[in-house]
Amino acid sequence: MKTYTFTEKKDTRSGFGAGMAELGRTNPDVVALCADLVASLKLDAFIKENPDRFIQCGIAEANMIGVAAGLTLSGLIPFATTFANFGSSRVYDQIRQAVAYSNKNVKICVSHAGLTLGEDGATHQVLEDIGMMKSLPGMTVINPCDFNQTKAATIAIADHEGPVYLRFGRPVVPNFTPADQVFEIGKAVMLNEGADVSIFATGHLVWQALEAGKILAEQGVDAEIINIHTIKPLDKEAILQSVYKTGCAVTAEEHQMNGGLGDSVAQVLSLNHPAPLEMVAVNDSFGESGTPEQLMEKYGLTAASIVAKALAVIQRKK
Amino acid sequence: MKTDELKKVASQVRRDIVRMVHGVASGHPGGSLGCTDLLVGLYFQTMELKTDESGSVVFDMSGTGEDMFFLSNGHISPVLYSVLAHRGYFPVSELATFRKLNSRLQGHPATAEHLPGIRLASGSLGQGLSAAAGAAYGKKIRKDPRRVYCLMGDGEQQEGQIWEAAAFIPHRKLDNLIAIIDYNGQQIDGPTDVVLNNRDLGAKYEAFGWKVLHMDGNNMEEVVATLTKANQESGHGVPVCIIMKTEMGQGVDFMMHTHKWHGTAPNNEQLTAALAQLEETLGDY
Repeated sequence: MKTYTFTEKKDTRSGFGAGMAELGRTNPDVVALCADLVASLKLDAFIKENPDRFIQCGIAEANMIGVAAGLTLSGLIPFATTFANFGSSRVYDQIRQAVAYSNKNVKICVSHAGLTLGEDGATHQVLEDIGMMKSLPGMTVINPCDFNQTKAATIAIADHEGPVYLRFGRPVVPNFTPADQVFEIGKAVMLNEGADVSIFATGHLVWQALEAGKILAEQGVDAEIINIHTIKPLDKEAILQSVYKTGCAVTAEEHQMNGGLGDSVAQVLSLNHPAPLEMVAVNDSFGESGTPEQLMEKYGLTAASIVAKALAVIQRKK
Repeated sequence: MKTDELKKVASQVRRDIVRMVHGVASGHPGGSLGCTDLLVGLYFQTMELKTDESGSVVFDMSGTGEDMFFLSNGHISPVLYSVLAHRGYFPVSELATFRKLNSRLQGHPATAEHLPGIRLASGSLGQGLSAAAGAAYGKKIRKDPRRVYCLMGDGEQQEGQIWEAAAFIPHRKLDNLIAIIDYNGQQIDGPTDVVLNNRDLGAKYEAFGWKVLHMDGNNMEEVVATLTKANQESGHGVPVCIIMKTEMGQGVDFMMHTHKWHGTAPNNEQLTAALAQLEETLGDY
């Protein structure tokens, strides 16, 4: 098992803020919009350096999405930001009609996705957004795993023509991917090559997958671990190549099982190469208040859950 | 263009509208007929549009250096399609494909088929004013002095998003935006006052920080004069909203004074009766 280390834990939303600050300096077409959550989205540096390219929209997310769509006409690249719940389910029809169907170059960038939002509880813990967004034709859906990758993804989507949903989170997590990485949309990242089981993880669960890989190695299981930072377009080739080799897979995500990464991987496998699959995800339930660690434990989004699913899915191989 | 000529265009557009919805036995003639004079006035007189050396309009999605129009109440697509076609954005003959399979003229305006003249899909109500605000904001950032016009329905004013945009636009001083509300008092389920009373729309927009004008939207002289006044009022830090009184079904007597022709197509006899009231001025498609 390849060893991954980190020097500090950082939040992915700060990676977004760092990416925006860099874009503010390098791309004069980038405009930031926010719905009364500037500090939470870490936009302070961008706003300080580019006050004329920041649009405060107030607590009016539907209007913000429409304004973003209109801004694209003059060649501007709007980054519409808020919490994941308010940037997806609250404004789904606006995104569907004014952004996706109208094919507008809007970047919807959302923080506080999933259970790790923590104490605010289920009203704010959106666990359905990946499913909603990947259902929209033409929408790119990205869920990076740490600070460095979120920063790189933020910079990369500015150069991608078309609507993007970029999802990140609130808590600090190990920052282990390279600071100088080039983010390739739709290109899965191989973290550890293995022969016994494929673990496809996204977002905060990628680090948990690496922890699981270590535990599995101690038990003699050789796990292949792949970071699926882009849910759509999905890197089908990487998934199939891995499962051709291992013969089974586990998916891990901070999202509902319905509609998430696991669904996407199941589709690829069942259409191309049926193989046993287990999913680490929230199972048709809303979240609740608690610390991020407590919630991930209670809802089974941990390295231990990935280990258990990996051992189970290996047993299902014929 | 002189008012008499604008009226001739409007008569042909009204013929097109009833023929289009009859041709496919679906669509929304009522609001289309009511807003015909406005759209003819905008596209043939008021708006500054991008043209080539020969004076023909050229569609540019960016709208840079020209006025832009957004139709928020997308169901009145027949009037927009007819006006765009006669203005030269695409062949008038294409109106015959309205709502048919593989057509660029979708039931509600869309960009996916790349119909020249359409910059945003509309149909799900309440969204056009926000996009128009974004377009107007983009012009401010790009220092483009041209204007953005947005037409909405009065029933559409029941959508919450309208009021998000109505607050945003004056707050951001988007004085290059002119909103127009088709105040015909009718919606699918009946009179707007009965379905969900909008009360005093003018007072509401004024309270939100708009300069409000009123006009008779079925009087071409008044339409052109009011649009000119709106242009003069714009650029002074405050956006302009025109409350436009119209008659749903204007120009076809049996379609007027009722909400019943909001989304109903005429049969053969009704088509004949309607066309008898509308002079063919530019040739039917």
